[in-house]
Order: sequence, then structure tokens, then C-alpha cells
Amino acid sequence: MTEPAPPRRRRRAFDWSTAVIALLSFAAAAAVYLRDGREHFLAILVGDLTLFGEMLPKVLAGCLIGAFVTLLLPRELVARWVGHESGFAGLLIAVLFGFILPGGPITIYPVAGAFLAMGADAGAVVAFIVSWTLIGYTRALVWELPFFGSDFVLWRIVAAVPLPILAGILARIAVKAGFARAEGD
Amino acid sequence: MVTLAINILLWLVVGALAFFAAMRGRVLLNDGARDGAIEFFLLLPRIGIGVVGSGYIAEVLPNALIAPWLGPESGLLGVAIATLGGALTPGGPVVGFSIGAAALKSGAGAPQVIAYSTAWALYAIHRLVMWEVPMMPARIVWLRAAVSLPLPFIAAALAMLLGKP
Repeated sequence: MTEPAPPRRRRRAFDWSTAVIALLSFAAAAAVYLRDGREHFLAILVGDLTLFGEMLPKVLAGCLIGAFVTLLLPRELVARWVGHESGFAGLLIAVLFGFILPGGPITIYPVAGAFLAMGADAGAVVAFIVSWTLIGYTRALVWELPFFGSDFVLWRIVAAVPLPILAGILARIAVKAGFARAEGD
Repeated sequence: MVTLAINILLWLVVGALAFFAAMRGRVLLNDGARDGAIEFFLLLPRIGIGVVGSGYIAEVLPNALIAPWLGPESGLLGVAIATLGGALTPGGPVVGFSIGAAALKSGAGAPQVIAYSTAWALYAIHRLVMWEVPMMPARIVWLRAAVSLPLPFIAAALAMLLGKP
């Protein structure tokens, strides 16, 4: 069984979410300028641009790591690996791949679906999705760092590491208890 | 120090991956470098707007209102409010991270902001509806949503235990 290559998302530099934030930012910046004057307005701009600039090398590294991992690690191999493992090791491997695999929802959910098709249990799939959501490095490097800085992001991720494993265990308990059973189980 | 160490580590990883790609052929190396660079330039305007914007949004947010509800002293109630807010925030990463960063800058507590961004990451309504529901079997979506419920609270609690960075 081969998994079709995940469709590539057409990347755009702008979208509706960004438009809304841009509008809010513009209004807020205008309000700050009128209320507090030019000096304060510039101080905020310089402070935030400095943070942004300091994070750029990491953002670029995150994009490059994501691009190379996508090319070097065939998703089918990953799916087979997770699908054939079981027990606690299966959960850990699912969490590890959630951390490693780059990409947005359009690439992650088909991989999770392939795990199921390859025989992975619901717990491993849940652990994988939660892991990608909470500790995936591409999101942390590319998005979170420029907004929050290194210390805060490191701290948040350290606190989040046990969560995907916990989610996987809870999912297994729920399935055992009869919640969300597949038809025919 | 931490920043420099992270930079060095990241670029070592980039170097190692580029080396492996080059071993498998020049084309793979070029493709990886090009894909990564394109992604970077496409993301720049969005991240830039969000980062600079969140600074201004934080300035106009009423500090007197944020601190009692979401401040470090707001405790479990603050975490619960932040979790609910995160789960209900629509939109992509620009929105979630801009709001989180603005809240943090205008006086919200760090554990509360962690609860917000964790809940937003787990439940972001538009991602759930647009991607997860169509692409995953319904029972997995429900199972995932159900077992995710306690996670923002646990993340906030663990963050409090670890102490401020």
C-alpha cells in the first residue's frame, strides 16, 4: 500500500488572518502615536524590530531544516514505522515523529491517517497529532520564537513535553473503556 | 548565551541535513535549500506584521483590565479564562501568537499565556473544521478533542512548577 504524496500547499505571503492582525496593528499603532507621541511610538517599533531581527537566523534555520527533513524522510517510511510499533514504545515513536516532521495541517493529517491505515492504534495517532501541535519544532522556531523570545519558548516546550504522551495514554484508556471504538472492534 | 547556543545548534543541524542531502545528490541539496528559502521569504511579512503589531496592540490593551483577570495572581480562574479564550480564537498562527504575545506584554501571567497558546494550538477552531474533520476519521477527532481537554491546565501547572524563565 502506498500513500499518495501529500498535496503541496500553495504558500502565500498574506492571508485573511494576517489582514485582520495588520488592520488591528495599524489602528493600535495610530492610537499609540496620537496618545503617547512620536518617541514612544518609535521606541516600541525599534524594540520589536530588534526582537524580530534577532530571531531571523533561527527562523531561516527552521525553514531549511523543515525543507531538508521533508526531502530526506519519506512519509511512507514514517507511517510504516509508527504503524508497526505498539505499546509504550509505539507512543514514544509517535511523539518523536510529531516533533520531527515539519509542515502544516495539510501535510500532518494525511500522515496521521496513513498511521491508522498501517495499523497504528488510536493512542499513537492522538499522541502524534498532539506532539506536532504542542512541541513540533518548526512551529516553535518559525512562529513562536519571534513573538516570545527563546527563554519563554524553551520554558513552554519543556513544560509541554509530557503532554503528548499523556494524551496518548488517555486515548488508549478511553478506547479500552469503550469510548470511540472503531466499528467491528 | 542561550540564544547563541540555540543558533549554533540549529545551524549545525542545518549543516548535517544539507550534508546528507548532498550525499544523495546535488539536486536534492539545491531543492532543499530553495524550498527552505522560499518558505522563509513568504513567511517574513506575516511574522513581521504579527511581531510588531503585537507590541502596539499590547500598548493599547487596558492593563487595568488584563492584570486582575489574566495576571500572575489570577491563578486557576485566569488559566481557565485563558484556556477558553485560546480554544475560541479563530485564525492561523499570526492571530494566536499575536494575541498571546500582546497579552503577555500587557500584564498577563506567563502560565496563563501558556494555557492560552496551548488551548489555541489544540483546538484552533478553523484548523479543526477545515483540516482535521475532513481528513481524519470522526472517532479519532472526538477522541483527540476529548483527551486534549485537561492539557492546557496541566501545561500551566507544569509551567508554574518549573518557575519563571
